[in-house]
Amino acid sequence: MNSLTIFPRTLIQMTKPLRATVARILGNKSLRSVAAHALLILLAAFFLIPVYMVIITALKEASEAGREVTAWDLPSKLNFESFEIVWNDLSPNLRNSFLLVTAATAISALVGSMNGYVLAKWRVPGASVFFPLMLFGMFIPYQAILIPLFKFMDNVNLYGGLPGLVLVHVVYGIPITTLIFRNFYVDIPNELLEAGAIDGAGFFGIYTKIVFPLSLPGFVVVVIWQFTQIWNEFLFAVTLVKDKWQPITVPLADTAGGISVDWNEPMAGAILAALPTLLVYIIMGRWFIRGLLAGSIKG
Amino acid sequence: MYNRKDKAIAFLMILPSLILLAIFVYYFIGQTAWYSVSDWGTDPGTALKKGVEKNYVGLDNYHTLMSSASDYEFRVAFTNTLFFTIFFLGACLTLGFFLAFLLDQRVKGEGVFRTIFLFPMSLSFVVTGTIWNWLLKPRGGLNVLPRKLFGADPLEYKWINSDSILFKFEWMQGGDLFYLAIALFAFALFTYTAQKRHLSWMWVAVAGVVLWLISSAGFWNNIWLPIDKPNLDIGTYNGYGYHAALSGIIIAATWQMAGYVMALFLAGIRGISEELREAARVDGCTELQVYLYIILPQLRPIALSAIIILGHISLKIFDLVYAMAGIDNTDVTVPGILMIKGFRSNEWARSSAVAMVMLFAISLVVIPYLWTNLRTEKQ
Repeated sequence: MNSLTIFPRTLIQMTKPLRATVARILGNKSLRSVAAHALLILLAAFFLIPVYMVIITALKEASEAGREVTAWDLPSKLNFESFEIVWNDLSPNLRNSFLLVTAATAISALVGSMNGYVLAKWRVPGASVFFPLMLFGMFIPYQAILIPLFKFMDNVNLYGGLPGLVLVHVVYGIPITTLIFRNFYVDIPNELLEAGAIDGAGFFGIYTKIVFPLSLPGFVVVVIWQFTQIWNEFLFAVTLVKDKWQPITVPLADTAGGISVDWNEPMAGAILAALPTLLVYIIMGRWFIRGLLAGSIKG
Repeated sequence: MYNRKDKAIAFLMILPSLILLAIFVYYFIGQTAWYSVSDWGTDPGTALKKGVEKNYVGLDNYHTLMSSASDYEFRVAFTNTLFFTIFFLGACLTLGFFLAFLLDQRVKGEGVFRTIFLFPMSLSFVVTGTIWNWLLKPRGGLNVLPRKLFGADPLEYKWINSDSILFKFEWMQGGDLFYLAIALFAFALFTYTAQKRHLSWMWVAVAGVVLWLISSAGFWNNIWLPIDKPNLDIGTYNGYGYHAALSGIIIAATWQMAGYVMALFLAGIRGISEELREAARVDGCTELQVYLYIILPQLRPIALSAIIILGHISLKIFDLVYAMAGIDNTDVTVPGILMIKGFRSNEWARSSAVAMVMLFAISLVVIPYLWTNLRTEKQ
């Protein structure tokens, strides 16, 4: 046997202690738990690095924020100036975002609830055809409808302002909100609705007296989902509204793309733009995850 | 309950949504498709006039995108998206599964960890882009972290502004690979359905031969897709391949989306009964084998969902690239950006063609998924 054929085998043999260690760690419960905790803490640190950097940089003075040597150090003294500047610049955009998100989320949740009720509880002819066609609408790249949409908005005088943007978000929100509500309502037992029907309730009676009062969890999931999606949306925001009415993501993207030396202001801007959705996530995380999982079709 | 009047009301209540979607999705897609085969905006002087005449030009716009020297940028964007998708999916699935695996080890403070890994999902791609632009800039950020930690020299990685290109290839050859990929994909899809419907292997063989013939016709004569050898690439030509400056964007995107994969996998793992695992352990499986042979196979449908969801996000990625690379970068760009650029300069026909290519790529992934998903739901 020449050395070439022996080589791989010895190489494999050399890894034996390593493999044994891995097997021991994986086999031993307490060791496994210690290793898992250690790795999780490391990974959590990696996920939190950006948060740390954003906060300390935003709190530095412009000159200090630009210095690489102390980039990872805490600010030498706390300075809220960058927040003040960014707030003055961006508060109209924040207001736009809030107006947009409130109106669009409320309308699309109501529309979704009604559609979900119809699709889950009433045998509508053709549902097996148009439901998939509806769902396809949430996967398309919106670039594929942008030019006709732009022309349409221009023709009906909705280009440039917030009402048009609200309409767009409501329409393209129909698939996901309908899907979430449909999957939610399917679990309401039919007997409950039939009891209502025996008591004389019709389509609307059953909805307002039986289905709607049970819908709170569905509404929470949908509202959180639409709130974060619309708040974070960028493509429609950057193409369908004029300067004055732009939501927060547009000016933020422009500062980020530019070659800025002072990073304290973009970081403060990022905090302002992220805070609302972040708060929603931290307070209502469980519901947020439900929305995420609903997005993968199967409820 | 299901009397005729109420059924009619039910249908009337959903009708407005259906009409809106029919217009805003399907009619608009149809219009974009029409613009993409017209000459609208080719002459910038008349692009903005109302009622300007649009002439049918066939597949010319697509042909230009695929082969003209001036549209080199589109082909770069196209290959960038493919590389981005591969690396981003690979990173997200590996990291996401690893996180789910770790969290499944009866960890203390699991809720806290889950929150930490998932919070980036709640951010806008624009916010993520702003933050990671700072962290990955050539001087400072992550590159100086080793100095802070161990006093070592700062690193010199050009995460977002490298100009090197890996896996270089020529477009012609890339075009061939593209044909081959489509043919293989169609063949895999056909084999899958044939298996499901118990068609005989004869049919699979026939389909294979037909697809082989079609694709080789594509190689030699460019019959079925308007790709041919590009004219001499000029100007900004750097070559086709993986632009290393995409790495920074992939890192940022993975940071944002890995938690989502983790949540999907964790929900899946928790759905597998503890008895099943215990039974495997009693039979002498090591913990590693339990994960490899018991848990992983059961997670396959979830992995598929994750691939589709992330895949369609990455095929249409736009905001993150906009925020990190800007709109005028010719190396680090994606079709979504080019479309907006064309939109702004009134090149309607060309940007419609770009958008249709995006739609086509995403449909290849999403339609089979929707199809199988809704079919299994019905059963």
